[in-house]
Amino acid sequence: MAGCGDVSMKDLAIVGAGPAGMAAAVAASGAGLSVVLIDSAQRLGGQYFRHPPEGFHARRPGALHHGFARFTRLSDALGPGSGVEVRLAHRVWAVEKVAGEAGDGAVAVHCLVGARDERRETVLARRLLVATGAHDRSLPFPGWDLPGVFTAGGAQALLKGDLVVAGRTVVVAGTGPFLLPVAAGLAAAGARVAGVFEANGRFGLAPAVLAHPGKLAEAAGYGYRLARHGVPYIGGHAVIAAHGQGELTHVTVARLDRHWDPGPGRTIECDALAVGYGFVPQIELATQLGCATRAARDGTPVVAVDDGMRTSVPGVYAAGEPTGVGGAELAEVEGWIAGRAAAADLGGTVRPAPGLPRKRARLSAFGRALQDAYPVRDGWKGWLRDDTPVCRCEEVPYARIKEARVLGAVDARSLKLLARPGMGWCQGRVCGYAVSCLAGEDQQAPRRPIAQPVRLGDLAGDPPGEDPR
Amino acid sequence: MTDVVVVGAGVVGAACAYFAARAGLSVTVVDRGPVAAGTTGSGEGNILVSDKEPGPELELALLSNRLWRELACLGGFDFEPKGGLVVAETTEILDALATLADGQAGRGVEHTLVAEEELPGYEPHLTRDVAGGVFYPQDAQVQPMLAAARLVQHGPGATLRTGTTVTGFLREGDRVTGVRTDKGDIPAGAVVNASGTWGGELAALAGLDLPILPRRGFILVTEPISGRLGVPLIRHKVYTAAYVTDVASDSAGLSTSAVVEGTPAGTVLIGASRERVGFDRTVSIPVLETLARQAVRLFPVLAARRVIRTYCGFRPYCPDHLPVIGADPRAPGLYHACGHEGAGIGLAPATGHLIAGQLTGAAPEMDLSPFRPERFAA
Repeated sequence: MAGCGDVSMKDLAIVGAGPAGMAAAVAASGAGLSVVLIDSAQRLGGQYFRHPPEGFHARRPGALHHGFARFTRLSDALGPGSGVEVRLAHRVWAVEKVAGEAGDGAVAVHCLVGARDERRETVLARRLLVATGAHDRSLPFPGWDLPGVFTAGGAQALLKGDLVVAGRTVVVAGTGPFLLPVAAGLAAAGARVAGVFEANGRFGLAPAVLAHPGKLAEAAGYGYRLARHGVPYIGGHAVIAAHGQGELTHVTVARLDRHWDPGPGRTIECDALAVGYGFVPQIELATQLGCATRAARDGTPVVAVDDGMRTSVPGVYAAGEPTGVGGAELAEVEGWIAGRAAAADLGGTVRPAPGLPRKRARLSAFGRALQDAYPVRDGWKGWLRDDTPVCRCEEVPYARIKEARVLGAVDARSLKLLARPGMGWCQGRVCGYAVSCLAGEDQQAPRRPIAQPVRLGDLAGDPPGEDPR
Repeated sequence: MTDVVVVGAGVVGAACAYFAARAGLSVTVVDRGPVAAGTTGSGEGNILVSDKEPGPELELALLSNRLWRELACLGGFDFEPKGGLVVAETTEILDALATLADGQAGRGVEHTLVAEEELPGYEPHLTRDVAGGVFYPQDAQVQPMLAAARLVQHGPGATLRTGTTVTGFLREGDRVTGVRTDKGDIPAGAVVNASGTWGGELAALAGLDLPILPRRGFILVTEPISGRLGVPLIRHKVYTAAYVTDVASDSAGLSTSAVVEGTPAGTVLIGASRERVGFDRTVSIPVLETLARQAVRLFPVLAARRVIRTYCGFRPYCPDHLPVIGADPRAPGLYHACGHEGAGIGLAPATGHLIAGQLTGAAPEMDLSPFRPERFAA
């Protein structure tokens, strides 16, 4: 096998070092398992606990975080002596089942290590936990490809990871409670936030929040911070177009009816737009192994798991957003459960913790309430013009999607085959949800046998050839 | 009542529908999925005469090649008459290639022998570690999914019913008089089985044996690559001589040979692997590694380029490697047009043209007996 960086077999490989992966690593290593924790980023924490590198000398690295103390606690527990091997800057491009030492199954985790001059490495483990989080769910609209337009998660990552504020005057739009910390963070960092435009109702989640004192406090905190900076939080409105010559200068905001069909628009000047319509779980490593999926409340494909976070494929577990979007707190709980289950399945002694399943049930219910309160309605399709790019990688305008439908493309896959959306660099991570909606079906489980671009020379196991440029 | 029901909206079914409709028949195409969702959507879009030894398949390929050039006028599916370059690793292989090309030339295949020192003129980035090659100007490429969709669209009055699964046949004695589907019966004067790799399953619904089996293949797709001054990095379809023997082999095990070509989208497609593993879609990393190794050996420049995705498909394969084309005497009214293995895109127009001829009673343009459906009977 090409480029085996380390042929020693670990008990558990965890892909994703966010709340779920970190908690699982602590739980499994605490129960005696040898653990390798793999993440593509340079630092632990994933998207939620994203924080600036030490070289930035941030005075309070946790200032932009809710619950940074939890990160510090997990991070300390993974320090030297924990028995957890942390492998950062490892991008996983494939996972596959291989024969284990004693004839039992094992998993090979194929990684690319480093930046441009990456090299290939393969990590072997008896068990695998997929804790790969989620990415922003985007909807296309005229002008969404202009410089200055960010996903909500992208703007947040810039701020948390690089201490970069997306713009001087920022509009935040989309749906879901995640818009609030994004707006509050930008305002606190000195941006003028011209408004937060929630496409659904502002108080859709109120009944569920009232039942969760912790969430209530969190929501109240954001509300206070937005009010203090004079940021208006407006429900039933969306940014339906972005404008500018070469870069963003203003957006069109319109009131939406309950189908999201827009009324007359008004113009707001801004140099940055952070827009997000929820999250899509990253489950392609699980589907590479053939793990069964199910449709979440909103139709999104997620990995099906049992009460020990075991997937349908023996030896493979999933935790956090890949099992259903529910936020960092739920992810962490699922990580604890998965780490303990993996340890128990490998014959380790694990003390019962009945509180964990109860907490998971409660937080999962909250996650479902969240999806109910912040759905995406079909009216957004009416925001598109014929020349609006639906797939940015392959530059596929909406008109070509319509043409493919006339030619007999009746699902997302055939739209892709006939019109190329999702065939480019990101393999449909950005446009996949929208293309499924335009095909009139729920988003299907992703098929991405190569999860990250990999050089042919690395795949071949040969030294890289000359670059003709 | 429709004159003809074509079962399968892949490129072969589309070609049958197109030519039948152009011959004046009313045509309904049904498919359980969307258009081009089976093997048509999992290939490279090859239209090859170069890889076929003299014989019935080459005759079919030559007829098809002429028809594709006419169909290209319909537009909308990236017909590229770019030619194919077959390269030989050793002088012995080169001699064998030249002998093959000589035999093909007697049937009307054009070719040019390319000496080692002339190869860079054809493919500047090709490895210098080859003995020479043969250039075949008639080889071409289409975007196969769009080709299938456009052919159905241009068939005068042809109706496409996607998401419609055939569950059985309407019969009057032995005679086939239409299909039963999950959306109701469709009576028809004739039924064409253009179900590709699933053609055997469809024939079984009529109580007929048609030994068509899947032969899996993977393709690697690179990031978009443009060469200098907008000239594509790889200009032709380029493959090694081993491809010809692999195509004809009966091995159930894995065989691979490098097939490398660019597309109008700028991506480079890398094949070809062949293995008989049923309908298993599980990705095999060793197969992908082998394909990458062979492609880099052929084009060292590719080592630094990134693969962004891969896909696999199932070639419809018959024991004698010939497709099944024509009326089935065991079930009058049923016609077969399937089992084209890896050559379905290339052979589709000839297949559609010949089936339309049988449906309308026109004199056949070539001898169809090597493709007859009942040839497998023990």
